[in-house]
Amino acid sequence: MTEFKTNAPLAPGDVLLKQDIPETLLPDQLATAEPRRIVEFDSHKLNFGPQHPSAHGVLRLVLELEGEVVARADPHIGLLHRGTEKLIEYKNYHKALPYFDRLDYASPMCEEQAFALATEKLLGIDIPERAKWLRVMFAEITRVLNHILNITAMGLDCGAVTPALWGYEEREKLLEFYEAASGARFHANYFRPGGVARDIPTELEDRIGVWAKEFPAWINELEGLLTENRIWKQRTVGIGIFTTEQALAWGFSGPCLRASGVPWDLRRSQPYDNYHKVDFKVPVTRQGDCYDRYLVRIQEMRESVKIIEQCLAQMQPGAVKVQDPKFSPPPRAEMKRSMEALIHHFKLYSEGYHVPPGATYTAVESPKGEFGVYLVADGSNRPYRCKIRPTGFAHLQALDEMSRRAMLADMVAVLGSLDLVFGEVDR
Amino acid sequence: MVEVPATTQFSSLQGQLGAMAFTLATTLPGIHSAAVEKDELVVRTTRQQLLPLLTLLRDSPHYRFEQLMDLCGVDYPSRVERFDVVYNLLSVSYNRRIRIIITTDENTPVPSVHQLWPSATWWERECYDLFGVRFTGQPDMRRILTDDGFEHFPLRKDFPLSGYEEVRYDVEKRQVVKEPVSLTQDFRDFDFVSPWEGMLTLPGDEKAHEVRQGIKRARG
Repeated sequence: MTEFKTNAPLAPGDVLLKQDIPETLLPDQLATAEPRRIVEFDSHKLNFGPQHPSAHGVLRLVLELEGEVVARADPHIGLLHRGTEKLIEYKNYHKALPYFDRLDYASPMCEEQAFALATEKLLGIDIPERAKWLRVMFAEITRVLNHILNITAMGLDCGAVTPALWGYEEREKLLEFYEAASGARFHANYFRPGGVARDIPTELEDRIGVWAKEFPAWINELEGLLTENRIWKQRTVGIGIFTTEQALAWGFSGPCLRASGVPWDLRRSQPYDNYHKVDFKVPVTRQGDCYDRYLVRIQEMRESVKIIEQCLAQMQPGAVKVQDPKFSPPPRAEMKRSMEALIHHFKLYSEGYHVPPGATYTAVESPKGEFGVYLVADGSNRPYRCKIRPTGFAHLQALDEMSRRAMLADMVAVLGSLDLVFGEVDR
Repeated sequence: MVEVPATTQFSSLQGQLGAMAFTLATTLPGIHSAAVEKDELVVRTTRQQLLPLLTLLRDSPHYRFEQLMDLCGVDYPSRVERFDVVYNLLSVSYNRRIRIIITTDENTPVPSVHQLWPSATWWERECYDLFGVRFTGQPDMRRILTDDGFEHFPLRKDFPLSGYEEVRYDVEKRQVVKEPVSLTQDFRDFDFVSPWEGMLTLPGDEKAHEVRQGIKRARG
């Protein structure tokens, strides 16, 4: 802290309020009242973020405004770039997986699923039935988690505070399921190449079942707050319209694409794990505005609950990871008795497994849209290249086109409806 | 709101992709290879043929690849043209994916595809930022992910994981300063090649190994 020096010319009547102003920032002379001028600006630039609460993380948005109308929006990203892809090249497959939790921290398990599926494809292994059901169930729990956060945060951006308070309580219940299954509330590291980390506790299935019974009523309550709310509709209907052609050209996917009228869902069209065994509907709307994206997400939550119930009904006891000691670690008890199990455990956690050379682009329908992993293996125990295809990256890029000639206040509604998480966009 | 009924549209993808690979390889010029690798259609072509091929794939009613899902680079430093540029396309109409791969080096630019898909702009910026691959015809070639004033291309294989310089806030200078990276512990890069599985040539056994490899090559 700089000591205050009295060499600045202070008038005897002045009161200095702050004592720790650094020397460099002290004014040379006190301001004198200038004659008042009126200046009119036709256009100006506004720096939105990176510490703005409705920038959803660390987005810096340079807005060129004409009055209150946005003429051009230039998103600056990369403030959360952590070099995940580079780090993964230096870790074996086992240790690369937790990085995926940290990409889209609002929907961790779906990201894990993409990497696990890609690795399994290159290894050419098929996981046990129960593991597939567990993955589908937790992927859908993740979808609900993500959509609750997105809808309520978007509500918060538009001035509705109550949904966020209610939503966090509901999210907490789901995070407890996460914790019971994996031991962690967010960074679960639960889906592994070759299955899932461990079986869920016996009573968890019942708890999820009870929750699935109650949850649709909560969605109704949430809809009661928002869907027909006059202010909510004024803020979202007809805002940020994106046509089908635009959405396809800009690489949209997930709810944003479906809101623009494309019935496209990877769970339906290119099913992975056990999605071909569950019955669900794909909600599609035609308008492509913020309100439609909200409606699609609400409907997706209802479908997710149905899928979770079907998973619970069809799940049978059984193994949850491939029974090949070259890929999945042995149980702890066996390690204490069997020399071979001990060796396998040591080899798995130090060297890991070697993945045969090849490349795959594997995509899953994450709650935000298509989340892809382009994985190149060279036969060693580390990925040669792991390109992560984030969903929000494509969506954020279209922000300029989507919000052109929109009002400044609509910017936050558009941003909220795109469902951005910067851990994923910046990687 | 319209709801799509539950039907499975996912069938006989394999045969379709194989037929497409054959058509592409036989009818178009400049296709190095077109094959189905691990159930995915992969086409390797040249830089000159890239734009005509992608335009055809997007606009032809037989292909209709409406979306460019991903564009990325891969670095193979030992090759003459060290970079692969990979385009992953998706056809929503036909439920197909295709992967186009071209090669380039540090100095040879690649034609930009942002005229075909506006979403290519950021992917190309990212590819330039991380690998230093240049794209011709791309008006916005700013860096995108790395820090302001960053000079290197971090995803190249010859760029060390720890980087060259680190930044910190200097309390006395009251500004962020850059300093060379100092690691308190050496960077640990383990050699996992064990003499039991990974190592093909045992020390002292090189000649015999070469003979064996030669025989294998002659047979193959």
